[in-house]
Amino acid sequence: MLHLNLQTSLFTLFTCWTEKDAFGIFGVNVYMAEYYNEEEARKYTQNSRMIEIQSQMSERAVELLSLPENQSCFLLDIGCGSGLSGDYLSEEGHYWVGLDISTAMLDVAREREVEGDLVLADMGHGVPFRAGTFDGCISISALQWLCNADKKSHSPPRRLYRFFSTLYSSLARGSRAVFQIYPENSDQLELITSQAMKAGFTGGMVVDYPNSAKAKKFFLCLFVGVSGALPKGLGSETVEKGVAHQAMFTGERTRFKNLKGKSLKKSKDWILEKKERRRRQGREVRADTKYTGRQRKARF
Amino acid sequence: MLLLSYLRMKLLTHNMLTSHVKGVTKGYPLLIKATEVKLTDVDFNSEFVSRMIPKIEWSVLVEAADTLGHLNDLPRDLPPDYESSEDFLRKVHHVLLEVEVLEGNLKCPESGREFPITKGVPNMLLNEDEV
Repeated sequence: MLHLNLQTSLFTLFTCWTEKDAFGIFGVNVYMAEYYNEEEARKYTQNSRMIEIQSQMSERAVELLSLPENQSCFLLDIGCGSGLSGDYLSEEGHYWVGLDISTAMLDVAREREVEGDLVLADMGHGVPFRAGTFDGCISISALQWLCNADKKSHSPPRRLYRFFSTLYSSLARGSRAVFQIYPENSDQLELITSQAMKAGFTGGMVVDYPNSAKAKKFFLCLFVGVSGALPKGLGSETVEKGVAHQAMFTGERTRFKNLKGKSLKKSKDWILEKKERRRRQGREVRADTKYTGRQRKARF
Repeated sequence: MLLLSYLRMKLLTHNMLTSHVKGVTKGYPLLIKATEVKLTDVDFNSEFVSRMIPKIEWSVLVEAADTLGHLNDLPRDLPPDYESSEDFLRKVHHVLLEVEVLEGNLKCPESGREFPITKGVPNMLLNEDEV
């Protein structure tokens, strides 16, 4: 049961914990390949909320890729895991190759009969494809693993650079790489973006719903060879007026405001404004109370 | 429990795979040695095949298909007007996307280092001294 499944992974975890953590700011020493053992992999994949979130993030990532319309593309999925994001790519008619370090996760992907090809690889060792192979790259919740140093010999900046530079060359000119990430802190973010820039990428961070703690999502958008305009994040103030992203609910009973922009006649707003106007004119006006402009019974 | 391997490595993927082992200058193409090959059915998408052909190393594809015994009548030289010939595109589609390697290994042409393929998944994990 639980003991059996954890046996191999615990052994690896113990050997990691005995080593001194030289990279303090990069968090817990977790051997990433063993993190998702068979049980964890299945739990992760069967959680319906997880599936929904992953699917939504994949959709947004593909949107940010700005692929040519109605064209099947050849894409790379970094940290494809059990193929949740890959399934979305297939739905959209794309062909894809997924890279992941965990055999357990890839086994689940196999059980789920994903359509893409899977490769067991460590992204920190480099992306093993020749120049200009892919039309685009997405990655959902995977890049942060590169920031953890699980072995003393690993240097996160070096692994990040190795990853980004080989990724850069494996992408076709004019294509993009979009990474959905949960940045732990600004240091981590800085580390990631600096190595990406060193590798030749341009681009930046797109933040969706920056004002919502729950909905906030970070997408690192990298361009290959061409300086594109960074897409706007969803739910930010800079979105054009008139485009409603959320329905606004107010407690007011008047449903339609006067088209001239003035308050609807005889509404509470109108009454208050009129009283204010009369005060300014110097007339004697009753004070505003909780009864001002209150709805009366019809017979009144 | 016998798990049917629905996962495979397509020849399209093989055509792009390369070795990044330290010190190796020519890690491409990786030579396929397959012990188990499978044929599948994939919907034909002529635009995709047409677009991928310029990216493919044609000689490598022919060589790989031949090694697997599925060359059939695919020409060794790429015909100049391939875009217009649906017949040709279908042949390419078959070789690229429908011939899949389930078990075997990929061998680096320079160092001889082998990357095993298990249940259709090539293992490209490198040792610390190879990075």
